[in-house]
Amino acid sequence: MIREVEILVAGGGPAGLCAAAAAASLGAKVLLCERSDVPGGQLVKQTHKFFGSEKQYAGDRGIHIGRTLADAAVNHPNIEILTDAAVLGIYEDGVVTVLYKNQHLKIRPKRTIVATGAAEKFLAFPNNDLPGIYGAGAVQTLMNVHGVKPAERVLMVGAGNIGLIVSYQLLQAGVEVAGVIEAAPRIGGYLVHASKLRRAGVPIRTGYTIKEAYGNGKLEGAVICRLDENWKPVPGTEEDIRCDTICLAVGLTPLAELCWQAGCQMAFIRELSGHVPVVDGNLETSIPGLYAAGDISGIEEASAAMVEGRLAGYAAAGSLGYEPQKAGELRQGAAEELAELRSGPAGARIMAGLEKAAALLAARKGGAGPC
Amino acid sequence: MRIEQHPILEFDRGEKVVFFFNGQPVDGYTSETIAAALHAAGIRELGHSPELHRPRGLFCAIGNCSSCFMTVDGQPNVRVCVTKVKAGMRVEEQAGKGVVSLD
Repeated sequence: MIREVEILVAGGGPAGLCAAAAAASLGAKVLLCERSDVPGGQLVKQTHKFFGSEKQYAGDRGIHIGRTLADAAVNHPNIEILTDAAVLGIYEDGVVTVLYKNQHLKIRPKRTIVATGAAEKFLAFPNNDLPGIYGAGAVQTLMNVHGVKPAERVLMVGAGNIGLIVSYQLLQAGVEVAGVIEAAPRIGGYLVHASKLRRAGVPIRTGYTIKEAYGNGKLEGAVICRLDENWKPVPGTEEDIRCDTICLAVGLTPLAELCWQAGCQMAFIRELSGHVPVVDGNLETSIPGLYAAGDISGIEEASAAMVEGRLAGYAAAGSLGYEPQKAGELRQGAAEELAELRSGPAGARIMAGLEKAAALLAARKGGAGPC
Repeated sequence: MRIEQHPILEFDRGEKVVFFFNGQPVDGYTSETIAAALHAAGIRELGHSPELHRPRGLFCAIGNCSSCFMTVDGQPNVRVCVTKVKAGMRVEEQAGKGVVSLD
């Protein structure tokens, strides 16, 4: 039996929850599928306070924001949430298949919003497969969701916001942080996060990379070395760091498999951190009625994912005839909020990526694109 | 080891139960994933790579990367990082690529 649905949202993180709430607020009926057993996405382990403005819950901790968003969606009469529900495929006849608690569901939505988020990137170095080499997010899950001490002594690779924030959270969990290394010549994350670490006595070394990991059956340490201005290792600068855990915080990459499989126009855009679906101002992909919101269309902070979710939710509901004028105004408001979020120096990279995507979109609309 | 004191968080671990790792009893809690409970018991090696037989642990802990596949109650290729502990559960290292029954 195929179930008919107005709007299907794939993914219950910040983008998906906000998309569902926005569409439901205009009267649309929404089914949200989340593959894990709780909604909230990766907010469930973010113990730090968020930046941005009040509209994006600045000053509140990620865990609380996740709970607020999830409660609002769970309690909304127009939203149904399925957990343990992984969206498997989007087919040409409009059917979407879902694995829900070991059952195979078939759903025919009028609109679909893909908000599947991102995954952690890996890094190539000898012995990078030793037990004890984890994604920084994995360590966050162990300690902040499950309350398990993830390590005794950690080497953090990457001084972007995730590397800095997780290092501080490791200290809060009673773990020693041997240091943070960053291949780039400067710290990528916010100074406020770096300063907290330095005050706690954790060295942050820029222009350093990991040369190799070592250990017999499990991680016992790492050799790090300096990089020159051409990112080449400088011989003779090797140092041995004893540690039982290495955290890789070397960026995220969009989880865009559903968009690939559905046949959306895709593009590799470095500034958006990988292959992304090319979307228009409504966050609609090249497939009519299929939207992409949040990290899937470019890696940003959760605050941007929330606003993108709202934007896609308003656009999808408006296109179904739910208060189209109000939907248009709200969509416009969300677009302005996004522009404001991206207006600072930290937004320059994402803006450059979005410009590339816009050029590809213009080529497509002009008939010159690949789709 | 489990975190007993945390400046921000309190942990609702659920009920304490015993499950089995390669036949040995291990304490776990019903709100924990198998990977978290094993990690708390100091077990980080979850398997070996199918071809070179190198030791493997978890990587992503959110059910995405498939580094943590194990055999649970006879079923292979279970992502233990997103599968909750149950009393009496039998968690075993799997040999090579697990063969899934199509019955």
